[in-house]
Amino acid sequence: MATVALENLRKSYGKTEVIHGVDIDIADGEFIVIVGPSGCGKSTLLRMVAGLETVTSGEVRINDRAVNDVEPMDRDIAMVFQNYALYPHMSVFDNMAYGLKIAKVPTDEIKKRVDTAAEILQLEPYLTRRPRELSGGQRQRVAMGRAIVRKPAVFLFDEPLSNLDAKLRVQMRLEIKSLQRDLGVTSLYVTHDQVEAMTLADRMIVMNAGVADQIGKPLDVYSDPATEFVAGFIGSPPTNFLQAKRLGRHIEDGAKIGIRPEHIRLVPQTETDLAGTVVYSEPLGAETLVHLKLLDGQDATVRQDGALPIPAEGETCGLSWEPASEMVFGKGGSRIRS
Amino acid sequence: MEKRVTFKGIWLPLLLVAPQIVITAVFFFYPAGQAIWQSLFIPDPFGLSMQWVGLGNFEFLLSDRFYRASFLTTAIFSILVTVVSMGVALYLAVLADRLIKGSGTYRTLLIWPYAVAPAVAGVLWLFMFNTRVGVVTWYIGLLGYDWNHVLNEGEAMGLVVVASAWGRISYNFLFFLAGLQAIPKSVIEAAAIDGARFWTRFRTIVFPLLSPTTFFLLVVNIIYAFFETFGVIHTITGGGPQQATTILVYKVYADGFVGQDLGSSAAQSVILLLIVSVLTVVQFKYIERRVHY
Repeated sequence: MATVALENLRKSYGKTEVIHGVDIDIADGEFIVIVGPSGCGKSTLLRMVAGLETVTSGEVRINDRAVNDVEPMDRDIAMVFQNYALYPHMSVFDNMAYGLKIAKVPTDEIKKRVDTAAEILQLEPYLTRRPRELSGGQRQRVAMGRAIVRKPAVFLFDEPLSNLDAKLRVQMRLEIKSLQRDLGVTSLYVTHDQVEAMTLADRMIVMNAGVADQIGKPLDVYSDPATEFVAGFIGSPPTNFLQAKRLGRHIEDGAKIGIRPEHIRLVPQTETDLAGTVVYSEPLGAETLVHLKLLDGQDATVRQDGALPIPAEGETCGLSWEPASEMVFGKGGSRIRS
Repeated sequence: MEKRVTFKGIWLPLLLVAPQIVITAVFFFYPAGQAIWQSLFIPDPFGLSMQWVGLGNFEFLLSDRFYRASFLTTAIFSILVTVVSMGVALYLAVLADRLIKGSGTYRTLLIWPYAVAPAVAGVLWLFMFNTRVGVVTWYIGLLGYDWNHVLNEGEAMGLVVVASAWGRISYNFLFFLAGLQAIPKSVIEAAAIDGARFWTRFRTIVFPLLSPTTFFLLVVNIIYAFFETFGVIHTITGGGPQQATTILVYKVYADGFVGQDLGSSAAQSVILLLIVSVLTVVQFKYIERRVHY
């Protein structure tokens, strides 16, 4: 059980700074998801917490103890890797017991802990097998088992589900969530998948090019994004961004209006100033995505109920939305609130 | 599924494997057959006539004190060469693997000795350790030690072992480095987080995962020590002093080409062939079980 704090954490490789100062206080038992596109520094951030990367400046604290110069093994953490990083020459049992053996835990205690973990993860029939004899999902569970037997203060997950197929990913996501709830261990979870981030996180950190653009509860981040990047990254299909000037608004040069696809309604052309031609529609059953080209050349996507009539390609429709659902972003991408 | 190319006729595949088969036949099966045939005769020194002696050559060899001594010499020599060259190579490879800057230069320099022919390497070491003009001998002399591998059997053995192992280190280093770099970094990191420090990691993770490489090198190095070290021994000690460095393959040469006892020499070749076959089979049968692929 532990708290984790990052304070103005920075990382440089040579002269290039890749993490530009991240601050967060993580409460005991909290599930934090770090989400962002590839190359945004999310894995580097996690690896600094793990102690696998040195900290250039700033501080990592676990349970109020600065751990910048503490070896990974002395930080009381456990990590699950993207490629699982199982020891290929050891049985599942030995993989899970490895850390305990090194810590000189008595043999019967090791057996008890590994058996408990195997039971939780439904790995009992496979304890004597080698990792290569297991399926992807089972290997994933062994990696989880190796983390939980050590009863660490903090779990670190580095894109643990990205090597699994879509169906298994959904299942493992639920398992990870319920496991983390049951054990109540503070967790940091890195992913590029916004669905994983939304569903798993108590709070999420949206990273963009080495900066934490926004830290908050998933639904707050979704409904109230702090930057243009967050509005565009979280949500699928992404937020529509329309040049404010072309909509006849004069806010500041280069300002954009962000509007989520589900907030736009298609209306008869006569009812609104803004119109576009339908490029194509994607009926998904419960909902339909309508992609339009506005008359001034900008693109927009509308998400509407599947029961509504699907507009034909080439048809011209009017677009309308509630002013309250608009988000205004300045030239630099930061939110302008009125 | 394994992809397999199937040929329609027999001639094209035969043609494709023919060069290898021809080379093996001409340079291996034919001489080996000749050796087995000749080992059953005693020819006269001029090669004009041969007398059938059956297994007489073998009987004589196995009761020969010098020949039996040569077995021991070979065992000591090949174990030392293998252990030294693999040990040093592994040590260097582990260091090179941890290196971030300049690893390319380091690697290139370490590969160079491999390009030196055994006989040339032998001469190099001979000059350095020459009892009269050798640089190293002189420095050792300053320390108060009188180096003389021409008279001292232990020193002669030490010198041929070092000279033989030296060129081999490069080769082993390359394989060990490749093996080390093939180990996923995250596995090492996982072990580090699990609490294993450098030596524990090396012992429990790195070394077992390196075992296919180690096993391969073990087989190859023993064969090297048995046969290819001839040039080194020939230039440095000539098998002496008092046969202290006469390994089996050197004795084949010394008895056959110097002593002109071709029958005995052929019999020795056959014995050598058997030993290496048995050794290789044993290695594959018993040691390979401990290898994790």
